[in-house]
Amino acid sequence: MMREIVRRLLATVPVMGVVAIAVFALLHVTPGDPAVIIAGDYATADDIARVRTRLGLDKPFTTQVGIWLGGIARGDLGASIYSGLPVTTLIKQRAEATISLTLLAMLISILVGVPVGVLAAWRRGSWLDRGVMVLAVSGFSMPTFWLGFVLVYVFAISAHWLPVQGFQPIERGLWPFLRHLILPAITLSVVYMALIARMTRASMLGVLGEDYVRTAFAKGLAPRRVLLRHALKNASLPVVTIIGIGFALLIGGAVVTESVFALPGLGRLTVDAIVRRDYPVIQGVILIVSGVYVGINLVVDVLYVVLDPRIKY
Amino acid sequence: MASSIRALGAELPAATAAAPLSAGDRFRRFARRNPTLVLGGAVMVLIAMSGILAPAWWTGDPLTMRPVERLQPPSSTHWFGSDNFGRDIYSRTLYGARVSLVVGASVALASLIIGTALGLVIGFYRRIDTIMMRVMDGLMAIPAILLALALMALMKGSVRNVIIALIIPEIPRVIRLVRASVLSLREHTMVEGARALGAQTPRILLRYILPALTAPLIVQATYICASAILFEAYLSFLGAGTPPHIPSWGNIMAEGKAYVQLAFWIILFPGLFLALTVLAINLIGDGLRDLLDVR
Repeated sequence: MMREIVRRLLATVPVMGVVAIAVFALLHVTPGDPAVIIAGDYATADDIARVRTRLGLDKPFTTQVGIWLGGIARGDLGASIYSGLPVTTLIKQRAEATISLTLLAMLISILVGVPVGVLAAWRRGSWLDRGVMVLAVSGFSMPTFWLGFVLVYVFAISAHWLPVQGFQPIERGLWPFLRHLILPAITLSVVYMALIARMTRASMLGVLGEDYVRTAFAKGLAPRRVLLRHALKNASLPVVTIIGIGFALLIGGAVVTESVFALPGLGRLTVDAIVRRDYPVIQGVILIVSGVYVGINLVVDVLYVVLDPRIKY
Repeated sequence: MASSIRALGAELPAATAAAPLSAGDRFRRFARRNPTLVLGGAVMVLIAMSGILAPAWWTGDPLTMRPVERLQPPSSTHWFGSDNFGRDIYSRTLYGARVSLVVGASVALASLIIGTALGLVIGFYRRIDTIMMRVMDGLMAIPAILLALALMALMKGSVRNVIIALIIPEIPRVIRLVRASVLSLREHTMVEGARALGAQTPRILLRYILPALTAPLIVQATYICASAILFEAYLSFLGAGTPPHIPSWGNIMAEGKAYVQLAFWIILFPGLFLALTVLAINLIGDGLRDLLDVR
């Protein structure tokens, strides 16, 4: 098993290599001179020249790639054009809000999505099942930021139960932290929850038709025990996969959710950087987020081996 | 299960009577068997009509500003209320459908064509396959919205550039789907037979493999269309999409952001249309998937 994990780990190296090069090449695939675009509409020739040397755009392309990859290897992602601060510092400052938001959203989605999917599959064709499926396809189609505004309007502006926006770090106490995070996390979780519920239901339907499930029911085991211990355990692989793959949705949603709730996270950092055309920051955030995505899917691959000992790579 | 038995029973009289079904009957039968497809299609037709024929739906000019009538709640003059410049939200919302529909359709069509062409070639030629799939894995590891945002940061805001920025993240996903099907179809006896008859590779790809891919690709296209419409709204909402003077749902909501407490209707109505549109297209996708029996 250890050898498998090491092999999986090594397999992520070329993927991350492609990501690193692609993120860098972005600057060069779009038409026009990147230095002119980054310097902005009111830039003088001097400004453009400064941006060009600053980003090393005056060097040959391969040298630029070499410098970029070398920097990554040393943990150096360059410095922001706007503030001059190292990109890694900016990312560290903003990471807490985004990590708290995505983790809480992930937790809510799994805690709601999986049981709901199991119930829908168990009562297949019933009104419960149909209701869940309608909610799932609606949830999946929901514009995240719009849902955020609706929730803010109902729970914060009309009912005054929760704060409209903002973020409190966890050091200021668990309750203020959660109070500020609950609406954004619910907003963000809806799409992901719908995806998980749908996948759980589909996967459970496949397993519930198996002989061993019928046997388990026939020998009089409690339905809850059969559903969870016999069926869900065997239906969990596709669910775990979708949790990993769907993480990309969560990140995309986090960018807009942070914007709605004014959370000082990576999404806001990216959006601000885009308005200022602060390219090193944009590249850094994309690289880190993609790295996290690859990492999560690596964990999923490893979980496969744990969940299903039959799988041999 | 019960519903499918009922559907079987409903079919019987028609089959025994052998009388030709009228168009209406045939449609009713189709609708009974494919409720999601028909429901999604109906909503989609309504939204498309409201966008394309916006002037015929009692709208005013979506761009006219009437400062005296700013931030008015929904009323008989402004059905969906007015925004901070006194522009009519009803008119803006209906016209906003145009941008969304153009973006959704163009992104779906273009990424499908490019992705299929590349996927066919990559899937058939083993030598480039391994390298290209590693590249695709890498590109797919970048969350689509971030990739689109980064591309928009380097391009001028225009509908055309939004379409380009949304096509690029979709292409690897189409390639992957096409390639997977090509790999399994390549070993199919019909391909072996065609080869034995002396058919060249391009002919095999176009005449034997592509037709087998049509159904999954159509379904995929609807899902791409739905997500492109959502992403266009996200980009515009974040200020990196359709230029602000064009009324698109994302833009209207971006402008309404500052007035959530005062004039919630600025955000409510365009968002409702956006959610309905995406839902309708997803329903069409699910319906087509069941109808065409794709996995």
